[in-house]
Amino acid sequence: MSSSAVPMKLRDSPAFKVALSLSIATGLYGVSFGALSVASGFDFWQTMVLSLLLFSGGSQFAFIGVVAGGGSGVAAMTASALLGLRNGIYGMQINAMLRPGGWKRYVSAHVTIDESTATASGQSDPDEQRRGFWTAGIGIFILWNIFTAIGALAGDAMGDPKQWGLDGAAVAAFLALLWPRLKGREPWAIAAACALATILAVPFVPSGVPILVAAVVAGVIGWFSHARMDEGLEPDLDPYAEKHKHHDGGRK
Amino acid sequence: MNLWLWILIACALAYATKLVGYFVPAKLLESPRIMHVAGTMTIGLLASLTVVNAVASGQGLVLDARIGALVAAAVALWLRAPFLVVVISGAAAAALLRLLGWG
Repeated sequence: MSSSAVPMKLRDSPAFKVALSLSIATGLYGVSFGALSVASGFDFWQTMVLSLLLFSGGSQFAFIGVVAGGGSGVAAMTASALLGLRNGIYGMQINAMLRPGGWKRYVSAHVTIDESTATASGQSDPDEQRRGFWTAGIGIFILWNIFTAIGALAGDAMGDPKQWGLDGAAVAAFLALLWPRLKGREPWAIAAACALATILAVPFVPSGVPILVAAVVAGVIGWFSHARMDEGLEPDLDPYAEKHKHHDGGRK
Repeated sequence: MNLWLWILIACALAYATKLVGYFVPAKLLESPRIMHVAGTMTIGLLASLTVVNAVASGQGLVLDARIGALVAAAVALWLRAPFLVVVISGAAAAALLRLLGWG
């Protein structure tokens, strides 16, 4: 069959390799989302719908995190939607890069997330960008959902989630999502200001609302500050970090 | 049942946000100020979610095993551990502290 030429080509594609390893790494942590979600009181199908349809790690963790803290569904939905705003900007970048037409647009929109955008924007050749985006997007979608299901089923069988430190896992997950964005002084200052605003707000407003207070504080700071304009908008990760490390090594 | 409704709305909004990027003329979203606000908001929300999950208990503030999870996760991140290792460190720290009778 003529398709034998395709794997050969893919194996030689750097974007394909990066996307594949990223898919496995990201897909695996779907386990933690699945387990945390059922520990937060969501049932199996609610957990799966979040991974299948919402499909944006940060927003999914935000949604279950707000509910786990006793927040309302509206507060959870708002936090999730605000955290997903960056995906709109990624959509713009991918559209400019790949110009998907017709129905492909609607599919590519769904898999427009931190990882697929990062993989594509790390390449300069349009074919490589396309391979990187689609491999990471579809690969993560499949694995993320499989591992969400595994986590949800395992979490269900575990009994008291606190005994296993699952509430600690949620804290760690949010810090891990925040960490790569804390490059430079302004992001640190924003994070500190929003953490403080949250602590001050907790005793006075219903659960879930302190997160929205922090969003407003961050928005106001962002509106009036004139630092680097794309601060915090880099995708969660740098899939080409290895390559950069080699460059650094070469300079020494 | 009510929760289902908000889940589905959140899903619809998430997809709509992604799709808007593909249909809005690039110029409209090119405002550097809007891009910057979207970026600072992402940082602010994640910082707030970290804090809420670490110290809030309903409308009260408490110091319990979750603080141990926060410290363990920070150390793991500082050592450049991958995401899954960070999450497991946090869970292990909280579980261990509870086993020792704290929080």
